[in-house]
Amino acid sequence: MAKMNLLQAINSALDLAMAKHDNVYSFGEDTGGFGGVFRATSGLTEKYGKHRNFNTPLVEQGIIGFANGLASQGSYAVAEIQFGDYIFPAFDQIVNESAKFRYRSGNEFNVGGLTIRTPYGGGIAGGHYHSQSPEAYFAHTPGLKIVMPRNPYEAKGLLLSSIFDPNPVLFMEPKRLYRASTGDVPEEEYTIPLGQAEVVKEGADITLLAWGAQMEMTEKAAELAEKDGVSCEIIDLRTILPWDVKTVTESVLKTGRLVISQEAPITSGFASEIAATVQDKCFLYLESPIARVCGLDVPYPLCHEKEYMADHLKIYEAIKRTMNY
Amino acid sequence: MAKDKKHNTEIVTQSQWFDSDSVTIPMLQLLKEDGSLHKGVEMPEYDKDLIVKIHDTMLFIRTLDERMIAAQRQGRISFYLASRGEEAESVASAAALDQGDMIMGQYREQGALAYRGFTVEQFMNQLFSNEQDLGKGRQMPVHYGCRELNFMTISSPLGTQIPQATGYAFGQKMDKTGKCTICYFGEGAASEGDFHAALNMASVYKVPVIFFCRNNGYAISTPSQGEQYGGDGIAPRGIGYGIKTIRVDGNDVFAVLKATQEARRLAVEEDEPVLIEAMSYRMSGHSTSDDPTGYRTRDEEDEWKVKDPLERLQKWMLNEGWLTEEHITSQHEKVKASVLAALKEAEKVPAPHIDELINDVYDQPNELLKEQLEELKEHIRKYPDAYPKTSGRLD
Repeated sequence: MAKMNLLQAINSALDLAMAKHDNVYSFGEDTGGFGGVFRATSGLTEKYGKHRNFNTPLVEQGIIGFANGLASQGSYAVAEIQFGDYIFPAFDQIVNESAKFRYRSGNEFNVGGLTIRTPYGGGIAGGHYHSQSPEAYFAHTPGLKIVMPRNPYEAKGLLLSSIFDPNPVLFMEPKRLYRASTGDVPEEEYTIPLGQAEVVKEGADITLLAWGAQMEMTEKAAELAEKDGVSCEIIDLRTILPWDVKTVTESVLKTGRLVISQEAPITSGFASEIAATVQDKCFLYLESPIARVCGLDVPYPLCHEKEYMADHLKIYEAIKRTMNY
Repeated sequence: MAKDKKHNTEIVTQSQWFDSDSVTIPMLQLLKEDGSLHKGVEMPEYDKDLIVKIHDTMLFIRTLDERMIAAQRQGRISFYLASRGEEAESVASAAALDQGDMIMGQYREQGALAYRGFTVEQFMNQLFSNEQDLGKGRQMPVHYGCRELNFMTISSPLGTQIPQATGYAFGQKMDKTGKCTICYFGEGAASEGDFHAALNMASVYKVPVIFFCRNNGYAISTPSQGEQYGGDGIAPRGIGYGIKTIRVDGNDVFAVLKATQEARRLAVEEDEPVLIEAMSYRMSGHSTSDDPTGYRTRDEEDEWKVKDPLERLQKWMLNEGWLTEEHITSQHEKVKASVLAALKEAEKVPAPHIDELINDVYDQPNELLKEQLEELKEHIRKYPDAYPKTSGRLD
């Protein structure tokens, strides 16, 4: 075990993956010798050479197009998009190419070796274009897996699983927690299965569901609610696509209440998808409407960032409303 | 002369402007329109077997295209894309490659696939989306793909295969395979951002990739000159990206063969990415869904008829004694018969089983997909007449 922050955990996962197989490549804008703008790839060029960890030209659609080709050739391509906000030039390559590569060829070809790493989320004074949480756009695309870790331990285990998973994975890293979140992380390789949510804390009265950085807000809100005598069950969804319906619905069947929190704007967010499925599967067990605590339907604001965010107080209020319905 | 070291550029003290006339790129032509060779030309490596195979493949594809357009008109298949007029580009370039080189096509390179050995039955199974189609009937006609023949499955969005080719070639180089990737696309697709990303990245990484642009004059109805681009076509862009570039007569089998042979050597032996711009003309419509009389004249089409790549090659071969009129006729009839026989067979083969609907989305179907499939089957059982393709065999 070692004390690591989230960036160090990601760096450790990349290091182990590259040591394990010669055909694991890491690349993106400024990710070469400089180690990336957040330093997630630092030290990798020194260790594995500039042909294994390298800079790309400044062209996101090219990065993912290149990565699709490299993965289809049989290599492991770990591509970094510098900010989730800048992933959209690559939308076509991800949605029409990565996601459909295996299906459209009848399994003649696949890009299972592809992993796209990208920092997402706000709370860092990043304004419109360094703060977004674009997971829902991609969650509408069969063929992709989407993973969002909440802390260093989870980040390392889930990233190692993502890199070697035989499907293309979009791995979204909560940049607000890159240095803020620290914890004990094994130095050796370990994996955390994709597609499985985790019950972080068991409880009886209400289920609180979140993913990525929003888990921290949710846990804080639960602490406040517990003081009021509310027993909270907290679930980290971990994988957005395909998501773990069973763990979530089993919990709601037990508690009868659900609060979902996401950083992204509320309309058409992934919380809405979960709410629709849960009401379908748990209708007669629900004691109150499913609550969604999300960002507002506005572009991510700089000066009103604090007001915009689905913070612990907003989640706490939603818990009270749900309990007292 | 003084030099700016950071940018490695010479310093001048008077304005110098450059335009597309500053670099003029000629077109390589070895075989004249009348089927005779230019004097003193340097020929590609070839022998009689190779040229006969190129010829027979071009004839095969032309006949296949004719028959399948007819089949589409009869309502037997939904859609078709012909390559008439451009057979030399796909077939002669494929003939310059190793069987282990990867081909990433756009959708008008059936000639390259036929040259690799894709059988008439395989073509038909794809065109009829039946259960023997390698692609499991999931894509529109002409979206072929075959791992065994190193022919990447076609995808409709234009230009997406171009940066993928750069990535694939990077992997080939790193694995020291001694192979390269050829990537075909049209002059219209070269307007897509993916084209520019791909050439720039290939130039930076020095990967063994051959970018093969089929400049056939039209992107559906949009003419290339003046409406697709304002400059001198696609070739100068290669130079701009620092890539070795050549322009060839795309209707000249020998020019295409020679350029691609040289390109392959540069790619594989020197890790040099290469751009070939082949000038040709799309004699057919874009697809069976458009009618060229709506956007071009008969006179223009007639001008190109005399440059036809297949007839041009046939003239040379007849003169050389490598071909007879009888061979052309009998070969044409033979292909026609084999296409019709395969067509009749493929039509009878059922659609893929409904279970295939959820396979290959991921490496394994997940619980959610299995649940959705079961719900669907239950629904089909309730209304079997509405889903005749699958209701007969749900188990």
